[in-house]
Parts: sequence; C-alpha cells; structure tokens
Amino acid sequence: MTAVYKHRLFWPIVSLLTLIAINAIARPQFITITMRDGELYGALITILRDSAPLMLVALGMTIVIATRGIDLSVGAIMAVSGAVALTIIDGSGDPDALATVLIAVLVAVLVALILGMWNGFLVTVLGIQPIVATLVLMLAGRGAALLITGGKITTVNSAPFKWMSSGYMVALPVAFFIAVAAIIVIGVIERRTALGVLTEAVGINPEASRLAGVRSRGIIWGAYMVSGALAGVAGLIYASRTSAADANNAGVFIELYAILAVVLGGTSLNGGKFSIAGTVVGVFIIQTLDSTVLFLGIPSAQSPVFFGFVVAVVVVLQSPRMRSGLANLSGRLRPRGAGVQDREKAEVA
Amino acid sequence: MNADTEVPPIVEMRGITIRFPGVLALDDVDFTLRPGEVHSLMGENGAGKSTLIKALTGVYGIDSGSISIAGERQTFSTASDAQDAGISTVYQEVNLCTNLTVGENIMLGHEPRRGTGIDWRATHAEAARHLASLGLELDTRSMLAHHSIAIQQLVAISRAMVLDAKVLILDEPTSSLDRGEVEQLFGIMRDLRDKGVAILFVSHFLDQVYEISDRITVLRNGALVGEYPVAELPRDALVTKMIGRELADLAAIASSSHRDIDRSGTPVVKATGLGRRGVLEPADLEVYEGEVVGIAGLLGSGRTELVRLLYGADRADEGTVEVHGEHVRLHQPRHAIDHRISLSSENRREEGVVADLTVAENIVLGMQARQGWLRKIPKKDQDAVVQEYIDALGVRPANPHALVGNLSGGNQQKVLLARWLATAPELLVLDEPTRGIDVGAKADIQRKVAELSAQGLAVIFISSELEEVLRMAQRVVVLRDRKKIGELEASTTDLDGLIDYIANAGEGSAA
Repeated sequence: MTAVYKHRLFWPIVSLLTLIAINAIARPQFITITMRDGELYGALITILRDSAPLMLVALGMTIVIATRGIDLSVGAIMAVSGAVALTIIDGSGDPDALATVLIAVLVAVLVALILGMWNGFLVTVLGIQPIVATLVLMLAGRGAALLITGGKITTVNSAPFKWMSSGYMVALPVAFFIAVAAIIVIGVIERRTALGVLTEAVGINPEASRLAGVRSRGIIWGAYMVSGALAGVAGLIYASRTSAADANNAGVFIELYAILAVVLGGTSLNGGKFSIAGTVVGVFIIQTLDSTVLFLGIPSAQSPVFFGFVVAVVVVLQSPRMRSGLANLSGRLRPRGAGVQDREKAEVA
Repeated sequence: MNADTEVPPIVEMRGITIRFPGVLALDDVDFTLRPGEVHSLMGENGAGKSTLIKALTGVYGIDSGSISIAGERQTFSTASDAQDAGISTVYQEVNLCTNLTVGENIMLGHEPRRGTGIDWRATHAEAARHLASLGLELDTRSMLAHHSIAIQQLVAISRAMVLDAKVLILDEPTSSLDRGEVEQLFGIMRDLRDKGVAILFVSHFLDQVYEISDRITVLRNGALVGEYPVAELPRDALVTKMIGRELADLAAIASSSHRDIDRSGTPVVKATGLGRRGVLEPADLEVYEGEVVGIAGLLGSGRTELVRLLYGADRADEGTVEVHGEHVRLHQPRHAIDHRISLSSENRREEGVVADLTVAENIVLGMQARQGWLRKIPKKDQDAVVQEYIDALGVRPANPHALVGNLSGGNQQKVLLARWLATAPELLVLDEPTRGIDVGAKADIQRKVAELSAQGLAVIFISSELEEVLRMAQRVVVLRDRKKIGELEASTTDLDGLIDYIANAGEGSAA
C-alpha cells in the first residue's frame, strides 16, 4: 500500500482516472467502445488517435528538458514538415502512389531532423540559451513553411497519406501505433542503453559530467535532433488529418502543451531525472481534457477558461506540498515517509 | 585574552538533546560561550557541530535541555527569534544577495528612511561607517557579486554588526580563503572579541583553530567530550579526542610513502612547457609509475590551473604532453580519460558529484562515459564494482541507492575516488581531495591512495595542507604566482623548509 502512494506516477494516474470518471458519470457513452467493420470506435479510441501528435512532440520535449533545455520550435517544425510533404505529393504525377508518399514522408522527417540539428548547433556549439535558440526557429519556421508552399494552403487527395491519421490496423487507429512505436523506441534507447542515465547526469550537473568524460555536447545535440524528428512526424500526422499544409495553424501552441505534459508527468523543468511513462500519462491527461471540453458541450469561447481551471487543479494536486499533505492524511498509521527521514539524517551528518 | 571564567556567560546551553528519526543527533550536550572569547567547536563530520549551531540559531527545536542568553531562558522557534536575541551567523556559503550592492546587503531591512522612501545616501554612508569600523574600505555601491568570497564574508560580518550581534557564529568561514584573507578575517575577529563580542568558530583547519581560539569544545558522535582552554590541549590530544583513536594510522601512511622511486625509465605522463596565457606560465611536470607528486603553493598560485591544463579541462595554448613517451593531444577531459588519466576536481559539489543520482550511478558514471552510451555496463557488473568500492573505501551509508547529494562531504569524496578508481587510471590527479572532510575520512582516503601508489599507480596530489603533501608525496612541485618555481624531494624537506621555499625560493634569481 505504501509503495503505491510513493510511486511518482501515482498522482498523474489518479488525475487521469478522475478525469475519465467525471466524463463517464456525466455521459456514460464516454466509455463505451463499439466495434464496426472490425474497427473500434468511441471517445476513448478517439483520444488514443488524436493524442498521437502531442505524444510525439512531448516525448522529444522530455529528452530535451532532461538536458536542462527546452524546445519552443516544435510547432513550427510541424508546419515545415507538413509543408514539405504536401508540396512533394502535390507536385508529383500520382498522389496515390505509395512510393510518392514514402519519399515525401522521408524527406519531411529529414528536414525536421536538420532543423533539430540547427537548434542543437545553436545550443551546444554557440552556447545560446535553449529558450532563445529555439525561439529563432519558432518565429521563423512558419514563414519558411509558407515559403515552401508558395504562400497558400496546399491540399492533396492522397489515400496512403490520409491513412496515417485515419487508417486502422488490428482494430486500432494507425496514428496510435505510430505513437506507441515512438514510445517504445525512445524508451528502449534511453533505458536499455546508458543514454538515459548519461542524459540525466548532463542535465543535473553539466560540468561534473564533462569532467567525468561524458560527451555532453553530443548528448544535448542528439536530444534536439530527436525532438525535431519527432515533431516532423507529428507534423505529418497533423497534415494527414486535414490533407492540407496549413502553416498558420499546424501545431499552434503545441510546444506549451508538450511542456505541460512533461511537467504533469513528473519531470522537472530543472532537468535531470525524467520519466517517459510520466509524459505518456501527461499527454493522455491533456488529450482527455481536450475531449472533455467537446464532450460536455462547453461553448468554445469558454473552453480555454475551463481547460485552464482543470489544469490548475491538477497542478495543485501534484504539487509537492499537496502530495505530502494528502499522504499524511491518508496514512496516519504509517511511519513518516522514508524520504523525509533520509533527508534529516543527512543533515545530521 | 580576557576570557577568564569570572565573566558571566552570554550563551549557556545545558543538557541539549535532539532526536531525529532513528538518530540521537545530540545527547545531553552542554555548551558555554562567554563575552569576549573566540570559542572553537571541534568534531568530525556527524559529531553534532551543525546540529548544535542550528539549535542555538533556532533552526532546530530541542527535545530537552535549556538555552539561556545573557542569563535569560529562551525558546527559539524560528531563526529570527535567535537573531532578535543578538545571535548572528555567517555560513560557509555566504547567505547574502549577490545581485545587490555591498551597502544594500549590509543595511537590508535597516535602511534609514526619508519620507516613504529610502534615503540611499544615508544608507550607503552608514554602511561605509560599519565597514570602516571593521577596518574595511569598500565601494558600498559596488555589486556584492564582484567581490571575492573573502570580502563577501566580511560584508556578512558587517551585516551582523548592523544587527547588533552579541554572539557571532562563523561556520567554516575560511575554507575558501587564502592566507592573506584569513589574516584579515582574524584581525577583524580579534577586534570584535576585544569589543566583547562572543565568537563561535568552526573550522577544519587545526592551524587556524589554534591561532585564533581561546577555548575549544570537542564533540564526538553527538556527545560532549569536553571543554578546554587552548593552552591545555595539545594538537595530538585534540585529534585523539575528536576521532577517538590514535594517530598511528597517519604515521603508518607517512612511513609507507617514504620510499625510493625508480625514475630511470619513461614517465607515465610528461608535460613540457604546458601553459596558457594569463592562466599559467609554461611549466614542466613528470610523474613516474608508483610515484606520488605533490603540488604545493598558495591558493591562486596555479596548482589547479596546471592540472586542469594537463587534463584538458581547460585548453592549453602551448606545450606538449607525452603519455608513456608518446605525444598525445589532450584537448578535452575525454581525451585524457582515453589515455587513462583521471582528475578529481577540487570543487566537489559543482564539478564532482552528480547530486541527484545515486551512489551507484555516480560511481559507474566514469566507466560508462568511457564505454560510450551504446554499451551499457550490465547491471551485475555494475553492482559488483559498486559494492567493491563501497567496501574498500568505507562509504557511509553503505547504500548504493542513496542519493549522493545527501551524503556528507567525506563520503561524497570517497564516491568520487571510487568513480575514478573504477576507470582503472594509470595517473590519478587529486585536487584537494581532503578539503572540508573529517579526520576519519581523510585518513581512509590517504591510506587508499598510498596503497594504490605502492602498487604502481602514478598520482598527483594537491593540497593546501602542507603536512599532508609532505606525508603523501615523494616529490613536491612548488608553484607561486601562476608559475612553477621548483621541485623538492619530500624525504629531504620538512614543513618549515617547504614553507620557506614557497615563500622565498627563486626570489630575484630565475625571475
């Protein structure tokens, strides 16, 4: 019992389940899932599908934040990636050809990777503060995307491209599988290799890590590249959903939602220790909230207020002071938390 | 010395007991502080010095016992209660606002008013007056951050005077000061003492304790050992009381270090004309297998700079380095590590430990960095290495999953030593490995280094404590004013000879 309370994912998961429960009580069909033509439908399935772009961006953001950085350019990179892909598909003779779409996707992700590399260059080689370095691309990126599409909203009609956002595999949306693949790849790279712990070391104490021989420049640079590439994929899913490259609306504010997801998942903005699983839960919290707004029929003019209110409640619930307060309330019989004891002992020493 | 026992005490702590979960931090401790004395509180890390100070300054509540200030019984529940009672503390890490001016810091909260605003002219004038009363002349409108730590501490003392402190607590004030700065601080302490201020002084430097103190109180494991006038407590008696065991350990280290080194072959590492403009004049340095080379000199003489250039932590702009006779380029710490050179920085907190990682992760960090991120060291191998070094060096707590940030300084230093030894270096550079740590941990570390060098490890050992350098090293390189001035054989030099060499050698000749 005590172990469950202490787990760092306890409160994020409680927040998510509470949100789902509120929805289910308000309108029971929220949790109903139906099977049609071998494909699952329902509000929860929609959340899985629609969370994919934010999931990809937030995963990259987690790694960047772990290095003590931040990446504000992800929304703009999404716009660029969509613009590149649609321009290639639009310019080809056969938009429905799989080869065309594959090339478009690969080029778009490559461009996003290069943009991430640019961010990494500014941060590691030139030593510019991450928030400033990525602000450059955040401001310039959408302009570049408009330049690529020639100032208009490029639209295409391509079945294979559309499949990314609305297709199904094994009864579940394709976009969900893309997100799961990203979670697994990032999780394996960070935790099965030593990259995760080296990233944390760099984030906690860059100078000590450098003197310990950690290639901190490479690690930080790599984090921005990963973030860029994932934002590129997110941009493709977004463009696929609308079949359009809308440079002004693709991924607007997504950098802020991604940061929020990372924080809700328990990763500190001070860098260091990070949690992939926490970010995943954080993304689901935000996406569920987003559907709640629609589902409860809150007028769109008021929805930001509602959104902000719920986020405020969740953040307060997860604040360290609230957590220890609740833990004490719910466990009067338990001895005081081991963490508290350790700290006090350390002060004695 | 006007600290005769007739004067009624200003601070009387009786039977102080403080419990933390699972630990008896202070057990029935008495402590008496009289006006006009400098009283040193001595003990190893964990002896209860900080806890006693925190009880006196209202940071910790006491479980039993009594505290009287100037004869009046007091119960402090917050730090500001203690401050109101005339107790001021100057900590090791200065707790002032470095982004404010000197004058603002001194007068903070006590600025003279004019109407609803602050009379800045009067504020700075009064700050200057307080500084002058300590014999200091500073521009009160300069930013505090632009001054050295030493000056910042003196500013903190001035601030204590503004608060009209009767009791001044100085917790490790000298650990980052050089000799001249220490002298200046001591001058001010003597002045204040003569004006009747009671000063509680904590320092790891025995020399300083004996130079400035009138009286010494010794704690061990949370209990009082005793209170002694300085003249009645010789040094070895003090150390024995502090650590509860004899000094035979250190003597054994000294005898094992005094052996002959075969310098006929190729040195493990040889630096020729290594320097950087404005940082260090070109210097030569060679270390042979099994040799401990000490580096001595005052703070700021270029000791740290020399080894940082060698290690590639800072880029040298001239000079060459050979490892086993082969030219190598060491432009980054990585390159040095690849050639089996390791450096343990003097700045343990900022450049050493990764505080939020565990003991195990910190120990493995060096090995893992060397392997690269792709080849993670298997969990089983990690555990084996970590356990081996925790046992060999006596890291406490012996828990691989404890966060390093919660360990005491001495144990953090052991973790760093473990990190470097785990990478199997051929040259180990230790910059102030024993600064600010207790005598027991110090002996553990010295013993391990002596043992490894006897097995063939080449070591560069930097320390401000010259006895330690002479005890550990076979050869001592001496630096002054960012320049190497010579080398001495440790076997033919004693402490006075080394001090004299640091102060006077090469005057007017080679320069």
